[in-house]
Amino acid sequence: MTVLLEAHGIGKRFGGVQALKDVSLTIREGEIYGLIGPNGAGKTTFFNVLTGLYPRDEGEITFAGQPLALGSPHRVTRAGIARTFQNIRLFANMTALENVMVGRHARTKVDVGGAVFRTRAQRTEEAAIKRRAEELLHYVGIADRANDMAKNLSYGDQRRLEIARALATEPKLLALDEPAAGMNATETASLRTLIAGLRDDGLTVLLIEHDVKLVMGLCDRVAVLDYGQKIIEDIPATVRADPRVIEAYLGTGAA
Amino acid sequence: MTSLRTKPHLGLALIALALALLPFVVSATLGNAWLRILDFALIYIMLALGLNIVVGFAGLLDLGYIAFYAVGAYLYALLASPHFGLHWPVWAILPLGALVAGVFGVLLGAPTLRLRGDYLAIVTLGFGEIVRIFMNNLNAPINITNGPKGIARIDPITIAGHPLSKSLDVFGFTVPGLALYYYLFLVLAILIIVVGIRLQDSRIGRAWVAIREDEIAAKACGIDTRNVKLLAFAMGASFGGVAGGLFAGFQEFVSPESFGLMESVMVLCMVVLGGMGHIPGVILGGLLLAVLPEAFRHGAAPLQQALFGKTLIDPENLRMLLFGLALILVMLYKPAGLWPEPRHRAELKKS
Repeated sequence: MTVLLEAHGIGKRFGGVQALKDVSLTIREGEIYGLIGPNGAGKTTFFNVLTGLYPRDEGEITFAGQPLALGSPHRVTRAGIARTFQNIRLFANMTALENVMVGRHARTKVDVGGAVFRTRAQRTEEAAIKRRAEELLHYVGIADRANDMAKNLSYGDQRRLEIARALATEPKLLALDEPAAGMNATETASLRTLIAGLRDDGLTVLLIEHDVKLVMGLCDRVAVLDYGQKIIEDIPATVRADPRVIEAYLGTGAA
Repeated sequence: MTSLRTKPHLGLALIALALALLPFVVSATLGNAWLRILDFALIYIMLALGLNIVVGFAGLLDLGYIAFYAVGAYLYALLASPHFGLHWPVWAILPLGALVAGVFGVLLGAPTLRLRGDYLAIVTLGFGEIVRIFMNNLNAPINITNGPKGIARIDPITIAGHPLSKSLDVFGFTVPGLALYYYLFLVLAILIIVVGIRLQDSRIGRAWVAIREDEIAAKACGIDTRNVKLLAFAMGASFGGVAGGLFAGFQEFVSPESFGLMESVMVLCMVVLGGMGHIPGVILGGLLLAVLPEAFRHGAAPLQQALFGKTLIDPENLRMLLFGLALILVMLYKPAGLWPEPRHRAELKKS
């Protein structure tokens, strides 16, 4: 399997707090890679560093053979990493369809002139944007909600919409920040089917999740963060049995 | 109603006919003063549509928008008046005005990219004042703007050799100058409306709204928020620049006092009152706020005379009082504006 993303020696400080320390990960093409850890372990910080939202203090990230730009989220998206957010960030007053259409921004290019004069290229591109957005809504299973305002969608549908919007940017790597947070058992089960389907369609997925059962059942490989450091990176069965992981989650007495 | 709905072209033709006849109806029934107010209303609509791009679409609160209007107006004044002895044609000045105002828009936008909401409002307010104070003081050591005295004897807008300030005989029928201005402003306002609608329904327009809704998510969608915001400032400013040029040619006089903070607030009120981000609402807001205060100005004194036999409240004070009251009522009962964007946009309905 070829390597898609290689993070090497990532460090990030917030004032005196060392949120990430020398974190190195390798994500291979076509796998679901889980990133777990107790609250405050640095999972979301790593996510934000990876997607360019936070500038990193140390370390290198190579993505698809290219070094990843620093501190510019839109370039990271254009390079092929799309993300969702732990606390859903949709464009609340736009319809579901429009949300996904915004996701096409990075892969389309008509400018002001094209829009004002409504050139043939603009009309073709606009139709293609809309068609692709409809396909993606269908893919995540909320095609019937296309014309509803994003804020009026149910929680589970909002999560799905966020995934559809991320997919619209044509990512090589889809990074999901706690997609199952706040979901009930039925919603989690159908989310699991959706994520497994993404892998079957050839996408690489990075998954941050609290739901250990979901991660262990779904992921090909798992890394565990604790106090900003990676303590293990292996297949789920090995990770589950590792005493350091049990200690990180349950405390020293339990191990 | 059903026949109009099945024949949209007929409805459009009726609206066009009504708009074409409007100046004659107004000057015959209400007089030329009202035709002049109508001309100003069209200028204000153009301004409001420009500000709507910045505030309504991109969600960037701009309190110094009138500065771009000033830039367009002064550019026209300097290039078509005896002040410098230049007499450029209007069709050269207006595009230049749009361009120069657009550059000013980027100049304002660039240092404020990280600001939002209240902070952005304060900085843009300062920018508006800076431009006005420059206009006030650029008469020494080199006299560029003629200071507080303003620039007078500006060339009227001239099309095909005919100055629009003079009436025109068409087949023995006299069209007054104010009506000629009305037609020119109407055409340009429609042009700006079309440009606004097309921008809104495009990749760029969606990116603006995305930034308004959630800037971080917009970045994560691959939108270069810096460039897209600067584009909003530039586009909005260029609309203001065109409106300013028309204002200068129409008034044939400009002075810094036309570009004070109250004017910025007034244009912002048009956008907010009408319905932020909704083009028909913004047009309604511009029309109402341009016409209603004038109606009070003209109607308040005679009405008080008729009712009480004397003028109890100065019409100017009454105007501001009622304006304030109207704003409070709208914010209480229609916080999204008088004509907000419908929840479901027609273009997205299954066709």
